[in-house]
Amino acid sequence: MKKFLYSKKAAPYVFILPFVLTFAIFWLVPLVKSGMMSMEKILPGQVEFIGISNYKRLFNDRVFKVAMGNSIKYMIWTLVLLIPIPLILAVMINSKLVVGNVAGKIASFFKSSLFIPALTSVVVAGTIFRLIFGEMDTALMNQFIGLFGMGPIKWLKGSNTGFAALLSLACWRWFGVNMMYFLAGLQSIPEDYYEAASMDGATGWQKFIKITVPQLKPTIVYVLTISVYGGLSMFTESYMLWQGNNSPQNIGLTIVGYLYRQGIEKNDMGYASAVGVVLLVVVLFINLLQLMLTGMFKKEEK
Amino acid sequence: MTIDKKIKKILLILFFILMSLVVLLPFWAIFIGTFQDGSMLIRNGLNLKLDFSTANLSSYIMLFTDSGDYFKWFFNSLFLTVIQVVGTLLISAFVAYGFAGYEFKFKNFFFVCVLIIMSVPFEMLMLPLYIQINDMHISNSYGAIVLPFMANAATIFFFRQYLTGIPKEITEAGRIDGSSEYGIFFKLIMPIMKPSFAAMAILNGMNSWNNFLWPLLVLRSDKKYTLPIGLNTLMTPYGNNYDLLIVGSFFSVLPILILFLCFQKYFIEGMTAGAVKG
Repeated sequence: MKKFLYSKKAAPYVFILPFVLTFAIFWLVPLVKSGMMSMEKILPGQVEFIGISNYKRLFNDRVFKVAMGNSIKYMIWTLVLLIPIPLILAVMINSKLVVGNVAGKIASFFKSSLFIPALTSVVVAGTIFRLIFGEMDTALMNQFIGLFGMGPIKWLKGSNTGFAALLSLACWRWFGVNMMYFLAGLQSIPEDYYEAASMDGATGWQKFIKITVPQLKPTIVYVLTISVYGGLSMFTESYMLWQGNNSPQNIGLTIVGYLYRQGIEKNDMGYASAVGVVLLVVVLFINLLQLMLTGMFKKEEK
Repeated sequence: MTIDKKIKKILLILFFILMSLVVLLPFWAIFIGTFQDGSMLIRNGLNLKLDFSTANLSSYIMLFTDSGDYFKWFFNSLFLTVIQVVGTLLISAFVAYGFAGYEFKFKNFFFVCVLIIMSVPFEMLMLPLYIQINDMHISNSYGAIVLPFMANAATIFFFRQYLTGIPKEITEAGRIDGSSEYGIFFKLIMPIMKPSFAAMAILNGMNSWNNFLWPLLVLRSDKKYTLPIGLNTLMTPYGNNYDLLIVGSFFSVLPILILFLCFQKYFIEGMTAGAVKG
């Protein structure tokens, strides 16, 4: 037995065993269970198979549509803000203009400052942002718009202003992380590509579009994948900003928030599972589409 | 350097400084908040002005003398983070080497599983997993928080990317020297992975230190609460714990900040070395 486990043939399976076990116990079983539960009416001590009734109910559920809309809107906005801007910031840090001791120090200070917000927990960051976006004229954001002669706003009571607060929290926490991914990717682009392009008289913008972006494609795809996931499954940010799962007219309600409301707060596990399944289908669909469009699967097939 | 370039350089540097300041403002705001009365802050919101007439250290005195379970939560979080980081790094590296170092049947199938897990929202599995944890009688335990995430898909993916860049000669040399397959991993591969460990230690450490939703479901007794869960309980609308909420929030950022500042250099190197390759 021992000899077999130590053979070169068995070794790879031993290496990946922890993953296979985790996958089976903590992902596959709950996944299947989730699918089954979504077709059941679950009451304490009594479970009844009700087919696709939960899905039918979901389809006509106005609040679920609000939650879905909020999550999708949030995901799209985070993609729009959290990919191009960090990419450009990374290119700026990597720029040849940043030479000399002082410039280098400032650039690395910049890098750290942008990353540090990611180190704070959403609970803490959400508390800070809730108080910065406070209703009184003494709160920071109201002081800021006061400089332009605008009156105090009840940020978290309005749907657009609440959304703006949510997005600024997301940008604050994630700019630095995404920038680090892009910076790491930039280091692996060979310098001669840019030199050759310079000799051909390419401008900075041309180099960015023709060299930087295509060379960074794997990194961009990676960041895109985790952003789709992160955007659609956002919950804690909203939970913290509105001090719980209930926001005025559900302006901060997300898919996961709705799942939490149905499953934990209302204890309707069957219906909540249906919400979960829909979330899964949407995330997988968007990510598979995205991975196919960017040609990521071809690599693994070899 | 031409004049044109010099101007561009100065503008770039100014932009860096300005943006750093904007990003650090919220920290300044809460730092100042720690010297103010908590319930006043909750009503008036945070701003950047330090009002010396009302500033005092009573929050800090309370934090160190009369903060209830705060430091218990703090050490619970610290303990969980250490366990989670060490476990995740070891196990994920072990698995990643299996994917990077060998050709075997079903390799692609299992690797696609890794990719799929990376894009399945955990929140979707949360409820059935929660039921499963109850069935296994491990709810309200740290095992339930840590175990499902030890073989972490994103970390495995990152390590595999890093390891595919390592020349096969190293493992061949190990085999010729008579090391076992596992000996090769522990003695030859792990030492080379050091830079990538630093990056993943920080990312996993961040996640664990700040983990909220899953511990919120799993943990029931307040003695076992982690810092984010504990802080969240202070946020009740009728609470009188706002002082602790503000100063405790500020204080909770420090350990992970210190960790980051100490390992910052390795962190950036590690991210670079393990950069996602096509």
